[in-house]
Amino acid sequence: MTIASMRPSACPACDAAPAAEALAGRAPLPDARLLLSVPGVHCAGCISKIERNLTDMEGVNSARLNLTLKRLSVDARAGLEAKDIVARLDRLGYEAHEMDAGTISMTETEKQGRDLLMRVGVSGFAMMNVMLLSVAVWAGAEGATRDMLHLISAMIAIPTVAFAGQPFFRNAWRALRAGRMDMDGPISVAILLTLFISLYESLLSGAHAYFEAVVMLIFFLLVGRYLDFRARAVARSAAQELAALEVPRATRLNDGQESVVSVADLVVGDFVLVRPGGRVPVDGVIALGQSEIDRSLLTGETLPVFAEKGHVVSAGEVNLTGPLQVRVTAAGKDSSLHRMADLVANAESARMRYTTIAERAAAAYAPTIPLLALGAFIVWMYLSGGDLRLSLNIAVASLIITCPCALGLAVPAVVTSASGKLFRKGLLIKDGTALERLAEVDTVIFDKTGTLTMGTPVPTNLEQHPADDMRVALALAAASSHPLAVALARALTERGVQPAPVDDITEQPGYGIEGFWQGQRVRLGRAGWVGADARAMTAAYLGIGDRTRTFTFADQLRPGAAEVVQALQAQGKAVRLMSGDVPGAVADLAQRLGIDHWQAEALPQDKAAAIADLHARGHKVLMVGDGLNDTVALSTAHVSISPASALDAARAASDMVLLGRDLSPVADALRLSKTAMQRIRENLWQSGIYNIIFVPIALLGFATPLWAAFVMSVSSITVTLNALRLK
Amino acid sequence: MEVLAILIPVSLFLGLMGLVAFVWSLRKGMYDDPEGDSQRILDPRYDDKPKPVERDD
Repeated sequence: MTIASMRPSACPACDAAPAAEALAGRAPLPDARLLLSVPGVHCAGCISKIERNLTDMEGVNSARLNLTLKRLSVDARAGLEAKDIVARLDRLGYEAHEMDAGTISMTETEKQGRDLLMRVGVSGFAMMNVMLLSVAVWAGAEGATRDMLHLISAMIAIPTVAFAGQPFFRNAWRALRAGRMDMDGPISVAILLTLFISLYESLLSGAHAYFEAVVMLIFFLLVGRYLDFRARAVARSAAQELAALEVPRATRLNDGQESVVSVADLVVGDFVLVRPGGRVPVDGVIALGQSEIDRSLLTGETLPVFAEKGHVVSAGEVNLTGPLQVRVTAAGKDSSLHRMADLVANAESARMRYTTIAERAAAAYAPTIPLLALGAFIVWMYLSGGDLRLSLNIAVASLIITCPCALGLAVPAVVTSASGKLFRKGLLIKDGTALERLAEVDTVIFDKTGTLTMGTPVPTNLEQHPADDMRVALALAAASSHPLAVALARALTERGVQPAPVDDITEQPGYGIEGFWQGQRVRLGRAGWVGADARAMTAAYLGIGDRTRTFTFADQLRPGAAEVVQALQAQGKAVRLMSGDVPGAVADLAQRLGIDHWQAEALPQDKAAAIADLHARGHKVLMVGDGLNDTVALSTAHVSISPASALDAARAASDMVLLGRDLSPVADALRLSKTAMQRIRENLWQSGIYNIIFVPIALLGFATPLWAAFVMSVSSITVTLNALRLK
Repeated sequence: MEVLAILIPVSLFLGLMGLVAFVWSLRKGMYDDPEGDSQRILDPRYDDKPKPVERDD
C-alpha cells in the first residue's frame, strides 16, 4: 500500500570507512543503553538466566530481554562495553552480537510504531461503534431514528478520521507538493469526499451514509501500513550516525613524540605507529618493525602475512604481533578503503531503482480510482439530467468500493508473515524489498572465509603429539595474540592440558614465541625460525631443543554449510564460490562442498565484476559474504546476505543478516521467498477480482453502504487468511 | 424506541472504555514483547510478591 515506499536510506559507503578504521583506543562512552541481538533465546528459562546473571554483573544497572525481537537491552554504566557482555553471554551459552549503531535510534522508531498502533486502535474502536449503529439502520430503522443514528455515527466518524487519517493526508499532501501522484492521494480524496457527502446526506435525511465504510477503510489501511512499518523497522541501518560517532584516529610520530590525530589530518609522508592488535589506518610502507599482518577482512586470506621494513600495508589490515611504524603513502580520500567505499556507494545507488510489485500495482491503480468516480459522476449527471445529489452519491459509492482496502493488505500481510517465519529461523530481513528480490535469484555466490567457514583456525592433529610437547606448546601459545596461537591455546585448554613451567617467555614479532623449559630453548612459530621443514598447509611449529613438532590447522566449516549448498543445488540454483584466499584452500573447500565453479585470489573488484557480468547475462545473483572485501559485491548483487559475525560495513551493505551461526536458513529463505511471491500475486488478483465484480454494481447505482462494508471486510479477511497460509 | 435513549449512550460509553483501556495498555508498553510476556508468567521469581516497580519508558 505504501506506494511511495522508500527504502531506508542505507549508506554502507558512509560506514565502510570508519568501520574498518575504527581504531584501538576509542573514547570512553557515557552511561548508555547497549543493544545486543541474542538469537538463541527461546524460553522463560533463558529470560531469567540472562537477566539475573547480567544484573549481578559489574557496571550493569538493569537488563531486559525482549523475546519477540530476541534482543537484550542493557542499561550500562560508563566503561562497560558491549563486548564484555557478549563474552559473559558466551559463557552462559548464548551467542550474542552487538547491534548496529543504527538500531540504537530504535526509540524513535518505537515511537512511530506506537503512534501508528494508537491510530489503528482508535479507528478500530470507532469502527465497532459505528458498525453497531449502522446495523440498526440496515435492519430497517427509518425516519427520525435513522437520521439520529446517522448523526451519532458522524459524531464518532469525524473525529476518528481527523485523528486516524493523518498519515494518509500527510503523505498525500507531501506527494502533491512534490508534484507526484501516489496511492495516498486517491485514498485521502475518497475518505474526505465520502465523509462530506455522508454528512450532507444525513443532514438532509438521506437514506445512505457511508460512515462505517470510511472508518473501516481507514482501519484496514492502517493495519496494512502498521504491518508494513514493522517489517521495515526491524533493522534500519543508520549508517550516517555510525559514521558521525566514530572519529577514526591514528597515532602520529613527530620526532619520536606520539600524538593522536584524526586520520583526516594525516598527509603523505607522515609516520604513524600501529600497535599490535590495532588496525592500520592508512595505506603506507613499513618504515620500522617486524610483525604479522592479518589481511582476512580486506582479501579473505586466512593466513597472517609476515611483514617487515619495506612491505606495503593497506588501511583496514590488522597488525598482530609487533609494533610497526608506517610511512603514509595515501590517506583519506585516496586510500584503498575509501575507494572501496566509493564503489559501494555507486553500486547502492544503482540498486535503489528497484520497483516492487506493490508499487507496480499501485501505479496502475492510483489514477484509475478518481478517474472512475469522475466518469461515473459525469455520466450520471448526463443520464439523470443534472441530478447533482444522485450523481455525487454514485460517484462516492464507486470511490469507496474501488478504494484498495485489500490491496493495502495484500503485500504487507504476506511480507510480515514471511519475515516472521524467517526471523524465527534466524534470518533478519533488513530491507522491505529484499524478499521480493530474493524470489528472483537463480545464482548464489558464497564467500569462503567467515561465510562458508567460521574464519577461525582449529588444530587438526593434537592427538599425534605427546603430552609434554602439548604442555610446552600451551605455555608458549598462551603468551601470544596471534590467531594460530590463540586457537592452539584454546584447543589445548579444552583438552585439559596444563601448561608446562616455561621461563623467560618472549615474543619475537613476526616469528613466534620463545622460552626456556628444563634448561632447553623452546620455540613456537614459523618453520624457518624454529628449524622445522615448512609444510604446504596452515601450521605452527614447535621446537624443543633439536626436536620439532608440527601443529596443523584447518578452518572450521560453518554449521549448515554443506546442507545449504546441497539444498540450493537441489532447488536448481547455480552455486559458486569466490574467495580472496589462495587457490589450494579454495579448491579444497569447493571439492568438500561439491561446488564446481570456484575462483580464488579474487580482489573485491573482481567479485563485483563477476556479479555485474552475471547480471548482464540475465542472471540474478544472491551474494553471501562477510568481509570488507565483500562489501562491493554485496551491494552490487541483486540481493545479499551476511552473517551476524560480519563487519559492520558488510552488514550495512547487505539486505539480510543471519542471526545465528548456522547457514541453513539461507536455503529456507530462498524457498520461502518463492512461496511468498506466489501468495502476494494471488492476493493482488483476489482484490482485483472483487473490484471487477463490484465496480459495475457501484457504477450502475445499485451499491448500498451495506454492500461497501461487506465487500471491504470480506476481501480484507480473505487476503489476510491467504497470507497466513504461508508455510 | 425510547430504549435507544439509554442503549446508545451505554454502547458509546462501553466503546470509549475499551478505547481508554487500549490507550493505557499501549502507553504501558504491553505490546512491545508479546512472546516474552507469555513466557515470563512461567518465571517463579515473583510468585510471592510482585517485581519491584521500574520506570522503563
